[in-house]
Amino acid sequence: MPTTLCSMKNGQTAKIVMLPPGMSGRRLEALGLRPGKAVTKVSGMPFSGPVTLILDGRQIAIGHGICCKVTVELFSAGGNQGS
Amino acid sequence: MKFCSHCPQGGCLRPCSNPDQEMSGLKPRKVLLVGNPNVGKSALFSRLTGVHAVSSNYPGTTVGFTEGNLFIKGERFRLIDVPGAYTIDPTNEAEEVARRILEEEADIVVITIDATSLERNLNLALQVLELGHPSVVALNMFDEARHEGVNINVEALEKELGVPVIPTVAVSGQGISDLVSRLEEARVAKNSVVSGKDRWARIGEIVSSVQTIGHRHHSLRDRIEDFSVHPGWGAVLGVLAILGSFLAVRALGEGLIDFVLDPIFENLFMPLFAWIGSLLGGEGSFLFRTLIGMTIDGEIDPEMSFGLLTTGLYVPLVMVLPYVVAFYGVLSFLEDVGYLPRFAVLFDALMHRIGLHGFAIVPTLLGLGCNVPGIMATRILDSRRERFIAATLISVAIPCAGLQAMIIGALGDLGGRYVLAVYGTLFLSWVILGSILHRFLPGFSPELVIEIPPYRLPSFSGIGFKLWLRVKGFLIEAIPLVLVGVFVANLLSTSTVMHTVSAFLSPLFRGVLGLPPETAGPILLGFLRKDIAVGMLIPMRLDPGQMVVAVVTLAMTFPCIATFIVLWRELGLRDMLLSIGIMILAALVAGGLLNALFALA
Repeated sequence: MPTTLCSMKNGQTAKIVMLPPGMSGRRLEALGLRPGKAVTKVSGMPFSGPVTLILDGRQIAIGHGICCKVTVELFSAGGNQGS
Repeated sequence: MKFCSHCPQGGCLRPCSNPDQEMSGLKPRKVLLVGNPNVGKSALFSRLTGVHAVSSNYPGTTVGFTEGNLFIKGERFRLIDVPGAYTIDPTNEAEEVARRILEEEADIVVITIDATSLERNLNLALQVLELGHPSVVALNMFDEARHEGVNINVEALEKELGVPVIPTVAVSGQGISDLVSRLEEARVAKNSVVSGKDRWARIGEIVSSVQTIGHRHHSLRDRIEDFSVHPGWGAVLGVLAILGSFLAVRALGEGLIDFVLDPIFENLFMPLFAWIGSLLGGEGSFLFRTLIGMTIDGEIDPEMSFGLLTTGLYVPLVMVLPYVVAFYGVLSFLEDVGYLPRFAVLFDALMHRIGLHGFAIVPTLLGLGCNVPGIMATRILDSRRERFIAATLISVAIPCAGLQAMIIGALGDLGGRYVLAVYGTLFLSWVILGSILHRFLPGFSPELVIEIPPYRLPSFSGIGFKLWLRVKGFLIEAIPLVLVGVFVANLLSTSTVMHTVSAFLSPLFRGVLGLPPETAGPILLGFLRKDIAVGMLIPMRLDPGQMVVAVVTLAMTFPCIATFIVLWRELGLRDMLLSIGIMILAALVAGGLLNALFALA
């Protein structure tokens, strides 16, 4: 079921489906966040603060606005591996 | 001693290390050190050159480039520490600088890769290899990768990339001699030229063939890391970090003043100055007035006499230096642990309201030490608009360590609430001015996208070196300016120039700020250095409210000369003038409102 990074719950793992176009997508890609990768959400800050994710064992933080433009697909509970 | 006439600069002052090389007119070969941010390039640079470049545990420590010499078997190489970049398709100014350097010719490129995050690092590595420079790869943080269960087959990686790969641990020096001895093997990669979308597929292939990841438990460190960005606990930790830092700086600074520097100055130097004073023929002589200053009730007073030897040394060395040491000690610790990017996450929502994103907290914190490195660090921000807002806010509302030390010195004894009034006003000005700029400047500000490095235990020698570099920078830059400031203040106190200026500015000072017109002198002299300007306010015997207004106005108006120069360089003439116009207006509004408030109270 496709959703976005900002509507994921803490602890959920999902596969990146699509990045936003333009500069923000390029910046995400440069950090290694690109379609096909699996990410786990660690936390989201209140007042539209940034979302922290785990990507390849490393934390990255992404502003709320961009997160809502990244399409992801949740892994069903249990299976959470991807490459 | 032989001087060389064949250097590119047309004759350098240093004697040639290798006369054959230099005299034959050969330029030293150029070695570039490139890599993602926070992979240890600066630590590697320090290891290779023996020159200590500042390194920290957050992306973007090096925003300009640092250059040093590397000697191998008597041959001199120019080594350039290129600012960290995730891609050479630039997304910010630091990456722009990196791309420009890489587009020029280079004899050897050392691509530094963080072994703990091979995939992301290979993206830049392949882009750089495509440029066709002879390259070698330093596979850095090799120990940490192994510790995390990441195993990389170095020989296989070498085959895949087609260039030598040397595992290194820059912070401890492991593998550095291998790297140096294999520099000559640098070659142009032939088989890894792929571009665009295919690059990620190629990276996937490489990673799956060279890397195996063992099972890894959720460690205590992981837990603390998750905790640090938790909305509730992260905020608690953030408040504790700020409070703890403030208390540590205060205790360290005050301790150094009360127990070390003040006693030394009082018991060793003051008697010496009294003796020198008596040799100079007493208060009537010009030399006495210049070197020792005026006596207060017949005594030399290091804070108020305003002689070059007395106040000129007491202010920078006794009142300010301890706070500079304490501030940079604490900041360096937070930097090397890797806490600053967590601050960025915590502050992001607030910073968005003022047209910046969370990472702008890093230049802001650096500005609390000295505005100059703070404004230079705004290069890690993505757009010109953000850089203008961040640089203007730093020079308006972020007091440097020297100014803060003097604020505490001048107002601390009168009561904590006056110190709080100054900090509160500056913080409010920061927020309000930021929101105004955000609302009225055209354009929009991009969002936060950062990697958060793992927490690392800092090494004491690492922190020590960084502290020494920064303190040395302070001593070299501040002391001459303080001495000039004291000398000018000393001259002005006997000339009529200041009276004319004060009389001219009197309506503004009396009417708007409620200050005696003489305070115009110190506030204008703040252009040289702000700490000495507060020093000039102390003998004026202002009431506490006036002191608060004067200090706030001084802190907010003009930048000091060093900040002025860096603002000009970073923003350009037009934006620098606009920024200074905003500062003067903001200072008058804040000072005027404070004055009105104190009148009501």
